[in-house]
Amino acid sequence: MKTDTSAVNIDRDKGDFHYKVDYGYDAGVGLDERVVNYISDVKQDPDWVREFRLKALQTFESKPLPTHWASKDLEAIDFNKIRYYLAQGQRATRSWDEVPEDVKRTFERLGIPEQERKFLAGVEAQFDSEAVYSNIKKAVGEQGVIFVGSTEGLKEYPEIFRRWFGKVIPTGDNKFSALNSAVFSGGSFIYVPPGVKVKHPLQAYFRINAENFGQFERTLIICDEGSELTYMEGCTAPKFNTATLHSAVVELIALKGAKLQYITVQNWSPNVFNLVTKRGLAHEESEIKWIDCNIGSRLTMKYPGVVLKGRKSRGEVLSIALANNGQHQDTGAKMIHAADETTSNIISKSISIGTGRATYRGLVHVPKHLKNCRNNTECDALLINATSRTDTYPAITVRGTGNSVQHEASVSQVSAEQIFYMQQRGLSEAQAMSLSVNGFVNDLVRQFPMEYSVELKRLIELEMEGSVG
Amino acid sequence: MQQLEIKNLRVAIGENEIIRDLSLSVGLGEMHAVMGPNGSGKSTLAKVIAGHPDYKVTGGEVLMDGENLFELDPDERARKGLFLAFQYPSEVPGVTIANFLRAAMQARLPEGEELEATDYYAKLYEKMDLLEIDRSFTSRAVNEGFSGGEKKRCEILQMAMLDPRYAVLDETDSGLDIDALKVVASGVNSLRGPNLGVLLITHYQRLLNYIVPDFVHVMVHGRIVRSGGKELALELEEKGYDWIREHAGEPVAA
Repeated sequence: MKTDTSAVNIDRDKGDFHYKVDYGYDAGVGLDERVVNYISDVKQDPDWVREFRLKALQTFESKPLPTHWASKDLEAIDFNKIRYYLAQGQRATRSWDEVPEDVKRTFERLGIPEQERKFLAGVEAQFDSEAVYSNIKKAVGEQGVIFVGSTEGLKEYPEIFRRWFGKVIPTGDNKFSALNSAVFSGGSFIYVPPGVKVKHPLQAYFRINAENFGQFERTLIICDEGSELTYMEGCTAPKFNTATLHSAVVELIALKGAKLQYITVQNWSPNVFNLVTKRGLAHEESEIKWIDCNIGSRLTMKYPGVVLKGRKSRGEVLSIALANNGQHQDTGAKMIHAADETTSNIISKSISIGTGRATYRGLVHVPKHLKNCRNNTECDALLINATSRTDTYPAITVRGTGNSVQHEASVSQVSAEQIFYMQQRGLSEAQAMSLSVNGFVNDLVRQFPMEYSVELKRLIELEMEGSVG
Repeated sequence: MQQLEIKNLRVAIGENEIIRDLSLSVGLGEMHAVMGPNGSGKSTLAKVIAGHPDYKVTGGEVLMDGENLFELDPDERARKGLFLAFQYPSEVPGVTIANFLRAAMQARLPEGEELEATDYYAKLYEKMDLLEIDRSFTSRAVNEGFSGGEKKRCEILQMAMLDPRYAVLDETDSGLDIDALKVVASGVNSLRGPNLGVLLITHYQRLLNYIVPDFVHVMVHGRIVRSGGKELALELEEKGYDWIREHAGEPVAA
């Protein structure tokens, strides 16, 4: 059965193109105070933001690369060769007609305006450093939902923005959150008022167009008491020979009783370093769920987390990572229990193909004074070839009585016998592989929204076609 | 030309020759049984016909309706109408029988053509009714946690859905109790007809009480040593494989 409701359209082959664009704003190459000040000038930052950036630059410079535990491949990033800010203009338009022609055709080719009409409550489209388009359906806006770019958010809604910005992920959390804090631009700012349940998803699409470029979007989402929201993001970039850096910071806040679901399907080209910090803060009886699918990139380091701050709050990370030849998916989850009766669930599935490597890092923390906390962690790895690699580093500290954790891990391999069996039924080797991989992730994908699971299955098929035979 | 024709086949694993100059033809509409003791090369024969990558063909050919199978990949052979019911079917974790069969049938359509879901399910249910298989069966993952009997029924269901011209059934009776054996045999019998040629590989005569062959071949040490009608199976049952070995001038196993 064919479906044309692809959720995010991040087919990498379709994304591998770029048009020449004239940038009106260019911070040049390399990173220093001058560059940070240039960004602040161009964006007309309030003083507190400029100070925040400059301080963050110092933090970034003072922190070493985390190569004592992470991949040495990080050393291949030359921070002096990257361009930190490129934009045509400063304002995202509310209408596709006003988006400059050369940028608009990129998003049209990616099918974004079409999807917006079909099933989304709102869309933000970011091109290199700035959002070029941002709009929500009228009915959603009338409920008081705010969905704008981060620059607009901090200017127009400072009382909400400033209260939460940098509170879930402090600048010094890690070297890359510090980098983002110094040069951030773009990303979404969303506020959902109390009791408002946004029926259809809001979507952001992040597109890197330029070579040697770093994209540093900053997303802040606040779901007020009893509200509900699903947010989806998709990302692509053309394939360049040089390294491209994507280093986002995403902070989520779910106030009492709110439900927030954040879905990512990334499909970066194999030259992209994808180093992202994502964390949510869950208040009493609220629920934060990360659905995180990582395909592509050269190296991804991403461990979505939830700080379970309020009693009976609930955190969940469902993740799928697919590491193809030459790629390293270093992903996982963090669950910080900080109140009684909190529950967390982590299900991680990884697939390694060819020389691909998938690493799972998990952190589950339940301190001694808490009661009736529960965590369930399952991580399963599938190896396609003898050269494929997987590692698991679970760190679970659970103290106190009446708290329970459960951890299961498995490693399996698609056997030659299984492939032969499937081929004997008429499937090509690539089809057999892709069906096996879909079978492996199937029980997890079933929990995803329908449009998303369809898109993901298609992406896995494309990935397997390119890697077999 | 409408036959599966094995001509002077030689097969080795490494230095070890397993099939030694074997010839056999299965015409469309015919049921051939190949019987033989353990280690005679029966299962190797089945896998080589289907194109298993572990075996090296050192001589001869296998023609399906005149086309040389050794020039085709295993999946191409399958799409052209060859089916192998495995002795030990693989598990395909997480993939339901319904989805697996659907993918297999989709793979047989020309590019750009989509399998009609309603037609597919209509056919699936018809075949399941024919084989007396419960509807819930096809929502289970292929062979995952199946009993021996369930695995063999799953093989026969796939055969029924894929409409092969030639089917090789490799030890379809192994691991089955008598009730399961009867069910599987009646499934095979219901698929018999003028448009299907079957090569039935078995160690024991008892399967042939339920699936009556047109021809019986006895295989010892990599070659067919004797061929005849269905009565040959009975004779073999009575006298044992040693009798055949003596007649064939093969060394008797210690």
